[in-house]
Amino acid sequence: MSDTMTGAEIVIKALIDQGVEVVFGYPGGAVLPIYDELFKQNSIKHVLVRHEQGATHAAEGYARSTGKPGVVLVTSGPGATNAVTGLQDALMDSIPMICLTGQVPTFMIGNDAFQEADTIGITRPCTKHNWLVKDTDELAETMHEAFFVATHGRPGPVLVDIPKDVQFADGNYTPPRNVKPRAYNPRVKAEASSIQAAVELMEAAKKPLFYTGGGVINSGPQASQLLRDLVDATGFPVTSTLMGLGAYPASGDKWLGMLGMHGSYEANWAMHDCDVMICVGARFDDRITGRLDAFAPNSKKIHIDIDPSSINKNVRADVPIVGDVAHVLEDMIRIFRSRGAKTDQAGVADWWKIIAEWQAKKCFNFKNSDTLIKPQYAVQRLAAAMQNHGDYYVTTEVGQHQMWAAQYIPFNAPNRWMTSGGLGTMGYGVPAAVGVQMAHPDSLVVDVAGEASFLMTMQEMSTAVQYRLPIKIFILNNERLGMVRQWQELLHGERYSSSYSEALPDFVKLAEAFGCVGLRCDKPGDLDGAIDEMIKVDQPVIFDCLVEKHENCFPMIPSGKAHNDMLLGDADEEEISNAIKSDGAVMV
Amino acid sequence: MDLKRGSSSHSAYHLRSNLPEGEERRTLSVLVDNEAGVLARVIGLFSGRGYNIESLTVTETDHTGHLSRITVVTTGTPMVLEQIKAQLDRMIPIHRVRDLTSEGPSVQRELALVKVANTGEHRVESLRLKDAFRAQVVDATLESFVFELTGAPDKIDAFVDLMRPLGLVDVSRTGVAAISRGPEGM
Ligand SMILES: Cc1cc2nc3c(=O)[nH]c(=O)nc-3n(C[C@H](O)[C@H](O)[C@H](O)COP(=O)(O)OP(=O)(O)OC[C@H]3O[C@@H](n4cnc5c(N)ncnc54)[C@H](O)[C@@H]3O)c2cc1C
Ligand SMILES: Cc1ncc(C[n+]2csc(CCOP(=O)(O)OP(=O)(O)O)c2C)c(N)n1
Repeated sequence: MSDTMTGAEIVIKALIDQGVEVVFGYPGGAVLPIYDELFKQNSIKHVLVRHEQGATHAAEGYARSTGKPGVVLVTSGPGATNAVTGLQDALMDSIPMICLTGQVPTFMIGNDAFQEADTIGITRPCTKHNWLVKDTDELAETMHEAFFVATHGRPGPVLVDIPKDVQFADGNYTPPRNVKPRAYNPRVKAEASSIQAAVELMEAAKKPLFYTGGGVINSGPQASQLLRDLVDATGFPVTSTLMGLGAYPASGDKWLGMLGMHGSYEANWAMHDCDVMICVGARFDDRITGRLDAFAPNSKKIHIDIDPSSINKNVRADVPIVGDVAHVLEDMIRIFRSRGAKTDQAGVADWWKIIAEWQAKKCFNFKNSDTLIKPQYAVQRLAAAMQNHGDYYVTTEVGQHQMWAAQYIPFNAPNRWMTSGGLGTMGYGVPAAVGVQMAHPDSLVVDVAGEASFLMTMQEMSTAVQYRLPIKIFILNNERLGMVRQWQELLHGERYSSSYSEALPDFVKLAEAFGCVGLRCDKPGDLDGAIDEMIKVDQPVIFDCLVEKHENCFPMIPSGKAHNDMLLGDADEEEISNAIKSDGAVMV
Repeated sequence: MDLKRGSSSHSAYHLRSNLPEGEERRTLSVLVDNEAGVLARVIGLFSGRGYNIESLTVTETDHTGHLSRITVVTTGTPMVLEQIKAQLDRMIPIHRVRDLTSEGPSVQRELALVKVANTGEHRVESLRLKDAFRAQVVDATLESFVFELTGAPDKIDAFVDLMRPLGLVDVSRTGVAAISRGPEGM
């Protein structure tokens, strides 16, 4: 059963058959036939972004907040190269994305044709896989394969490069039925023996800890539920990476907060001192491990990951478990229960007593002010207002504000928190918010931003206005590249080389120029009212929150240090200036 | 071509060369879809992640099945070698990765074409060594030979070293092809 149609028709038909509802894109010569087909149909919405990077981050936001793959459509040459940042971002953060690029006609490839770029060559290292389609008859199958690869195993971005003559030519359409690459068979179910070995370790653990990550979110809502069940069944404490926030609820009583460089005191100490670490869909990133030789030195490590290359990459696992989080946790719970749901209750109770002492440090406390808005205070008030409002989705840019958002905003459900973790892409938040709001038109979507990051992709406010997406950009405006400034303070003798945000625009006027609403607040006393107003407005808002300029983000594990060697908010100047020794300074 | 003395020991699969402490050498056999760009993907993986390639060969081995076989000799610590295998294995067009060094005995062969220009005593001596190494003469002039030699890489290294004082001009080597011993396939 196959139909003949043009390549451009095949692209649209494949998208529809794959259940795609929204495409983020930007037209140009090499994709005009596809845009022509988009024009003729009504089932797929196209969102015209203002820069192709915006399309990729919007697709990421869409994907992360729905669990569905995000789709991007851009032209050849500059369209494709502008998409590269978002592809690498999605690769690092395991976000399923399908990027369709136009290409010069096959007979012109290699001739330095107008707007030609070696898109396949350029994007090979920043995609999970990519394809150049030279024959219209292979287009449908390649499209379906692309969806399969993006969404199976460890999710990631894929790219299909489609020369213009292939879009015009006729070819056969084949429906999605089981189209998958013949050599790609990611494993989802793990061996029972390894799960059993993990359960045995857990049963005997005196200082156990769940270390969860983005893989729980990738695995779907069911995985989050199973994680909660397993935590309840064992009574073990749980911490998460930046990418896994919301998988276990921040309101849960076993929650220790985020771990890592800017994680909580209790989470990092628990990580350092634990005897059994159960890593669930996290990848032992350097923001987590700190100094590798001092990383959780007395622990046995269980590592659940769908990607065998994540296992034993940085840290050796004692019990590696290759499989999908939901599948593995389901089996793990069953095996744990069938063996009588035993844990070392006395040991674990003692462990909780030690943890309670760490928690008593109240590591996220900060010195508030009556006159200046402290950025932490602003985020706290934002969090309170959002919680009052109900369900909320948060995106971020990259920098101090991102860390404060992670520290002070509680997430109680998965898919509510969209941030650029692995690549750390400033400019992610605005377009990501566009993508999230497209998927959830009636929900509150807030981008917690720094003024410098905002300036990188702020043109997407125009997209938000066009599509009536009432995203809220909450700028913690410290007139500094704050995170850079903090490192210069700690590492480079307070020489603030190019870390001011000079000549900033008037963000309220800027908002008005875009046709959205601008709000400004510079007094702690006015903050709640202003935030409420921001939430109430049914339009995109740029909120210019003028905050303390030299606030540092704590806790912080200085690079090259161990987990139990962290700086807290009350660190004195000497501690701070001695914090990063030269051997750590080479690390980023 | 200026071949300095001992230059063959820079070729990393040279079995006499010492590896840095803690590193090992492995020969990997990789079965891939024979499609455009697949070699670039594999090479890009190695260069992008800073892995070593000491030798690499690739050719289609199954025409109807569109499969090629890549043989790559690499070095690293056991943890890095394990990463290399895992990173290869997760690539979409890669069907199978076998570690021929650690998964039992294997045969490794390389073919070399070795050109010497010489006359007189050197010419006679090079012919004698050719016989000792069971090489073939595949081209001859009154003042030169091209020898063809197959064998394990260290045999070829040894032959090349011996030819050096006898008028070595050029060496072309294929890189290692390898296969496991015994009845099992990949
Ligand atoms: C300025 C800045 C500061 C940062 N500070 C911190 C910090 O203090 N703390 C912190 O945690 N992070 C921090 N990060 C983020 C950090 O860089 C990493 O992005 C993050 O720690 C990685 O999270 P993860 O380990 O959960 O891995 P992810 O990148 O989310 O990877 C997920 C892992 O799960 C696996 N997986 C995917 N799907 C599945 C599935 N279905 N089943 C099983 N496994 C699956 C993948 O193979 C992968 O190994 C910071 C980032 C920035 C930009
Ligand atoms: C595209 C990009 N360029 C540079 C950086 C390096 N960088 C990390 S944080 C930061 C400063 C961010 O400043 P701002 O957005 O104002 O946030 P703040 O840290 O002040 O909260 C910079 C420049 C980056 N992460 N991304």
